[in-house]
Amino acid sequence: MQKTEAADRIIPGSSGMPTPLRTILTLIAPIVVIFALYMGFIFLREQGNASQMVKTVVAIVWGIGGAMALFYVANEVVELLPNKWMARIQPFIFVGPAILLLAWYLAIPALRTLQIALTDQNTGQFTLENFRDVFTQRIMIEAWTNNLLWMLIGTTLTVAFGLLIAVLADRSRFERAAKSLIFMPMAISMVGAGVIWKFVYDFNPNLGLLNATVTAAGGQPQAWLTLLQPWNNLFLILVLVWMQTGYAMVLLSAAIKGLSEEMLEAARVDGANEFAVFFRIILPNISGTLLTVVTTIIIFTLKLFDIVMIMTGGQFGTEVIGVRFYREMFVNGNAGSGSAIAIVLLLAVVPIMLYNLRQFSQRDTF
Amino acid sequence: MSREKRTAIFLVNGILLLIVVLWTIPTIGLFISSFRDRDDIRSSGWWTILPHYTWVYTGETLPLPQGQTRDAPITIEGVTATFDEWRVGVDTGQGERLVWIGTLRSGRLERYSQQWAANLDFTTENYEQVLSGKEFQIQSSDGTTTTVQGDDMTASFLNSLTVSIPATIIPIMIAAFAAYGFAWMSFPGRRILFIGIVALLVVPLQVALVPILRDYVQLELNGTFLGIWLAHAGFGLPLATYLLYNYISSLPKEILESAFIDGASHFTIFTGLVLPLSVPALASFAIFQFLWVWNDYFVALIFGGLNRQNQVLTQRIAEMVGSRGDDWHLLTAAAFISMLVPLIVFFSLQRYFVRGLMAGSVKG
Repeated sequence: MQKTEAADRIIPGSSGMPTPLRTILTLIAPIVVIFALYMGFIFLREQGNASQMVKTVVAIVWGIGGAMALFYVANEVVELLPNKWMARIQPFIFVGPAILLLAWYLAIPALRTLQIALTDQNTGQFTLENFRDVFTQRIMIEAWTNNLLWMLIGTTLTVAFGLLIAVLADRSRFERAAKSLIFMPMAISMVGAGVIWKFVYDFNPNLGLLNATVTAAGGQPQAWLTLLQPWNNLFLILVLVWMQTGYAMVLLSAAIKGLSEEMLEAARVDGANEFAVFFRIILPNISGTLLTVVTTIIIFTLKLFDIVMIMTGGQFGTEVIGVRFYREMFVNGNAGSGSAIAIVLLLAVVPIMLYNLRQFSQRDTF
Repeated sequence: MSREKRTAIFLVNGILLLIVVLWTIPTIGLFISSFRDRDDIRSSGWWTILPHYTWVYTGETLPLPQGQTRDAPITIEGVTATFDEWRVGVDTGQGERLVWIGTLRSGRLERYSQQWAANLDFTTENYEQVLSGKEFQIQSSDGTTTTVQGDDMTASFLNSLTVSIPATIIPIMIAAFAAYGFAWMSFPGRRILFIGIVALLVVPLQVALVPILRDYVQLELNGTFLGIWLAHAGFGLPLATYLLYNYISSLPKEILESAFIDGASHFTIFTGLVLPLSVPALASFAIFQFLWVWNDYFVALIFGGLNRQNQVLTQRIAEMVGSRGDDWHLLTAAAFISMLVPLIVFFSLQRYFVRGLMAGSVKG
């Protein structure tokens, strides 16, 4: 029943014949919108003497309203076209802005990076030397090994904890409180997290909680992040797990809540215990979201930068690719090597992406 | 309620509690530290605010035994130990301990007893100093007084809002349109363009900084809010499109089909049907994008221009770390202030993650 109700809510007015007046208005609207947006831009850039509060409000309204208005008027103009042309152009109103922005901000810089990676910085000749460094330098091998560690342990722990909490919270009266507290680390900036974990890992048992616990139990204080190699990587990974579990939890929890209650109830009535319900029904039905979460966290661990940069700077055997890239590119001024690292990183994710895209081509569209 | 069911609920809540406690302890440490005095933060752990069994000075001082030498053992109250041992402290029984303070000839003996104690000196001065632009007198333990300029974080707080709200909503809007386009519209190049967008997930944003900065200077976008919004939109779009595509493409085809039969256009289906149905996905992503933008430091630093008026909160905090990296008391307070808004956003959007939002509309 609800299906038709939902469809009825949409008034099919836009498919009616356009009147001449409406055509003219539709053609003038984009000009008005663009002019208004430009005026807003000038006002915001000049800033004037308006109070901070006013500027905040104007900027927010201008930015969000402007984006909405542009989509709306562009679509109105396209819907004036004959049906055949409308069907051809309308998809690009939908995907066009995203594609343009991505081309400008990521695709073209990435291609430029590829070009730099393939060029010898001194002679300007084509070379593969930069790529050889990526795989042979001792520090790079250490970084790759560590990234593998981050990818395997970090992703596994984050997703496992996220799933466990999502499932448990779903059955608990304290769901909101528990989820909020798990999510809290995500609200903390890296600078803040650095301060927080200093109070956990500090060598001085009067500052570091972990060493206070160890000495209280009669042990010797440990330098968790520096001398305790290779375990120090694990202690850094725990920071990632602590911060990212909230992300996995929110997405997985939303997926679990999307499952129909009847389906789960039916399985329970048929005598399935909770483990069977979880492994046979919940898990298969949220596999799409699970794949999304695993993919994004793997990518996150590959690009990982700030946790390592802030806590150890990549020293003491904790180097990762992201930090290596930053050092080559911005500290050592070695654009060729840095670019090669970025390109290899990009290629490393291709298999995961291909797996993700398997279902894409089999979809029906309108 | 059956016994089994009670055990199950107990188990669920028990495990949940354990995880939550583990997750929360580090943040509690920050929260408590932010209310502690600057000297306290450096000299004792935040957990000493809890009652703990420790040696406490009783206020009693004993006269020094006269005519002792450094080499011979010294006997006080029936206990014999060397001078060096007395310096560290020697237990004299009944939960008491004597410590020799100072030198052999002109020192004193202090009596300590073991008892429950809690370190409950709290102050809001850290917050006052961070929030207002006023000057502060700080008295350190050695008696000297220094005057410190407080950090005015109100202006940067508003700037953070100005950056974060549009930089959250604009990319979500663009990504939702794109996700719908890729999921339900047919056009040439659809597959390859989508693969391209997802592949861009891995491009580290550092790759883009220098070329984009060059474009911005030419377009006079540097230091404008529009420039920062667009940068956040560009860097956030791959993930936004990918996540929203996964959700929007999983909407039941029948609903859209019946809307088409009724003569609705793609635009009306998108705004009237798909967006309302996607609220849980939009809300989840809105939270993440907001957090990333709010906590972002790099993009604001590079595209924010040199105008100090436009500084966001993270820039202020980073500046504080730079200019006074040792002032843990200020850093803890500032870090906590910057957490407040993201937490409010999370709590206000949390109600969208309710069961059945999807289920209700899918049932035909």
